[in-house]
Amino acid sequence: MNKPKLVLVGNGMAGVRALEELLKLAPDLYDITVFGAEPHPNYNRILLSPVLAGEQTIEQIILNPLSWYADNGITLHTGKTVVEIDRIRRVVRTDDGLEAPYDRLLLAMGSLPFILPVPGKELDGVIAYRDIKDTETMIDAARAHKHAVVIGGGLLGLEAANGLMLRGMDVTVVHIMPWLMERQLDDVAGKLLQKSLEDRGLKFLLGAQTQALLGNDAGRVRAVQFKDGSEIPADLVVMAAGIRPNTALAESAGIHCSRGIVVTDTLQTVTDPRIYAVGECAAHRGIAYGLVAPLFEQGKVVANHLAQMGIGRYTGSQTSTKLKVTGIDLFSAGNFMGGEGCEDIVLSDPFSGVYKRLVVKGDQLVGACLYGDTVDGSWYFKLLREGRKVSDIRDKLMFGESHLGDAGHQGQSKAQLMADADEVCGCNGVNKGAICKAIKDKGLFTLEEVRKHTKASASCGSCTGLVEQLLMFTAGGDYSAAPKKKALCGCTEASHQDVRDAIREQHLLTIADVYAALGWRTPNGCSSCRPALNYYLISTWPHEAKDDPQSRFINERSHANIQKDGTYSVVPRMWGGETSAAELRRIADVVDKYKIPTVKVTGGQRIDLLGVKKEDLQNVWHDIGMPSGHAYAKALRTVKTCVGSEWCRFGTQDSTSMGKILERATWRMYAPHKVKFAVSGCPRNCAEAGIKDVGIIGVDSGWEMYVAGNGGIKTEVAQFLVKLKTQEEVLEYTGAFIQLYREEGWYLERTVHFIARVGLDYVKQRVLGDAAGRVALWERLQFALQGEPDPWFELDKAQVDARQFIPIVPVAAALGEPA
Amino acid sequence: MNAPDLPAAWTAVCAVADIPVLGARRVRRPDGVEIAVFRAEADRIYALLDRCPHKGGPLSQGIVLGDAVACPLHNWTIRLEDGRAREPDEGCTPTFGVKVEAGQVWLRHDELLAPIAAMRTAHCDGAACAEA
Repeated sequence: MNKPKLVLVGNGMAGVRALEELLKLAPDLYDITVFGAEPHPNYNRILLSPVLAGEQTIEQIILNPLSWYADNGITLHTGKTVVEIDRIRRVVRTDDGLEAPYDRLLLAMGSLPFILPVPGKELDGVIAYRDIKDTETMIDAARAHKHAVVIGGGLLGLEAANGLMLRGMDVTVVHIMPWLMERQLDDVAGKLLQKSLEDRGLKFLLGAQTQALLGNDAGRVRAVQFKDGSEIPADLVVMAAGIRPNTALAESAGIHCSRGIVVTDTLQTVTDPRIYAVGECAAHRGIAYGLVAPLFEQGKVVANHLAQMGIGRYTGSQTSTKLKVTGIDLFSAGNFMGGEGCEDIVLSDPFSGVYKRLVVKGDQLVGACLYGDTVDGSWYFKLLREGRKVSDIRDKLMFGESHLGDAGHQGQSKAQLMADADEVCGCNGVNKGAICKAIKDKGLFTLEEVRKHTKASASCGSCTGLVEQLLMFTAGGDYSAAPKKKALCGCTEASHQDVRDAIREQHLLTIADVYAALGWRTPNGCSSCRPALNYYLISTWPHEAKDDPQSRFINERSHANIQKDGTYSVVPRMWGGETSAAELRRIADVVDKYKIPTVKVTGGQRIDLLGVKKEDLQNVWHDIGMPSGHAYAKALRTVKTCVGSEWCRFGTQDSTSMGKILERATWRMYAPHKVKFAVSGCPRNCAEAGIKDVGIIGVDSGWEMYVAGNGGIKTEVAQFLVKLKTQEEVLEYTGAFIQLYREEGWYLERTVHFIARVGLDYVKQRVLGDAAGRVALWERLQFALQGEPDPWFELDKAQVDARQFIPIVPVAAALGEPA
Repeated sequence: MNAPDLPAAWTAVCAVADIPVLGARRVRRPDGVEIAVFRAEADRIYALLDRCPHKGGPLSQGIVLGDAVACPLHNWTIRLEDGRAREPDEGCTPTFGVKVEAGQVWLRHDELLAPIAAMRTAHCDGAACAEA
């Protein structure tokens, strides 16, 4: 076997993550050798703070045990420092003379702590805080000594100080700047943090400049001396005044370095394309990242390139910060200090210890600094990364979005206040303790991983916000929040938007075309991407792209809702929720004839027949003789109406006929997700139009149109769009809005999420501001629906495979007694 | 067109063409739970008990992806070859001997008749296997 050789220098989180990504893409491409200077396998460096604080053990933070290297055929050399790269012969050499040849070399040496150049820095008891050895030294020192001084009031220094204090030392933090964590917090939040840490017993000397470290006769540090001549006692000094990219090895090999090893968007060094660098030692567009999320994004790109796929590009990351000190909640991201051209939105509640500052520039959020209540940190971070316009939500911005649903977790919104036994995921019965344990034990970093391993937030998703908080809190602040661009599924790098754009721009008509155009990694996709692609194709190119029933969920393939026991439910369509004696009689007869166990009235004013055997479905449809209610589809479900002016003494408009007109015009309409309408005849709104995708409310002078309401997981009140005069206008505006959603929404995105993404202003501009565009949208919807079959009665035309309804019965003889 | 070598041991169920591409058909068994016969890419045919090890969902109704099927109830992914759930989920569903000759799908006669309780797969430790 003559596989090319890949050598990784640096056995830490960035490098090993890149290997993991590579093994996923191309498991057998390389002979891999790893060199690590520390005597340990890859561990989670972020979690050294909880180890120091006594909350976790070293064993718990190991990410890749030795067996992982063996299982993947990786040669691992621990405790060996690479001291030379010979780029001519393409070998690396270690301090003890070991040589390893390479075809591709990945540098991930991380960073080195910055040691203040003061007299006494080499005394015993003066250490940095970087690795397991430093952590063990601190734990030992805490047993034998009393006074600790931490130099540096940044993230690392405060975590070290907190850990040493918890281990019983008397700790002073010395910081040269006027407030703590000045690179992550503004002065107000910094002071709040200081107060809270002082209440726990830490001491601070701010604005203090260290002049020298003084030793005793045995050569151990005994005191720290400052510029003004004052001294404080110190048996242990921890230098946490910053880190520097570890570039000595690269520089000695003539590789260009400037604040790190300079790399391109493919993470190749600019000097030698065989050599790659990732993580804290690499400088990408002038930035050396020290947080996990960017390192993981880099790992993905470098793996893609090493796997010879060559389609990944790293274009930089936005980062956010969170302090891993139990019980202290702070979050910051972006330009939280503001400045020229920026405006601050500030909320300050000293009594509750809550401070929030949002920095807005133009119509975008550019920075956030939160203290005491960080529930919305991930939402702000998302707005920041995506650069979404916030002018339309500016008045609500401060109060957050909160991904949290309204039910299923006892009304809790702050994960930290919950007890381990409290339920986080009400669908799958997962409590806080189980989630935290899985994050720690299995080394999970992403929401997807937590969903896979614990099922928490994997069903309705209403607890996603809580799970994200737990991730931030347990895995460390720099947990890998959703990247800038989220891939549609594991089969591709492309996002929903990329796919929609490609289908439209390249006029793609089949799923196979999409696979080819966008480089799908799997032969026939997965249960996440296939339904999405099928929808995008038929919604973008109606009457051109052919529907693929095998790429639809079973409900849309069998045109009924599958139930937990494998039977189905049938919901016939009743226009506007109106029915008749004849229809009810037929339904009653069908219930008797097919022995249907349950008959239920639904929230959308329809009748649901539950427990129908699959073999009976066709006959049930036929005997009922009513159109499909599409209660099983990502399509128009129901138009709910009140009785309106025809009967109601308060009614101002004929809501029932308006509802029927809307329903007849838009049924059979597939959409990114289910769609529900309602029409009420007066502002009393008995049809609950305020929580529907489109809600129409009759008033004396016409109709008010509301959009993007939702009654589900999280109740969202629909937003007012426009006031209309006639039924024709209601039809045109509703059609135009829903067609915009059909053309531009992402699969499984409800209208409320669509508008949260694109902004109500955008919808107004397309539907209200552009009259010709509105008419065109409405016409495109009518064109798409032209000749669209009712799947219950035109099976062939709707491509319903009738074979699915008939089980195969092997010939009777075969099922008898064997001969 | 050759007949199968041991006609008594195999039962003809349907033609390959009777199964939708990337789809499945259900085959009745005398004791109730059906067999799902899948047609994966390139006409690879597999047979599993039509019951997900998780909550008993009918696998025949799922989406076929590669050589696996996603259960229609909770999206567990079950491998068609050995009936095992894809990690991190755990469990497995019994598999059936199946062969294709001259475009015809055959199932093993004895397996078609065997009671569910007797079914195990070679890869399954039994404990994780769905009970009737």
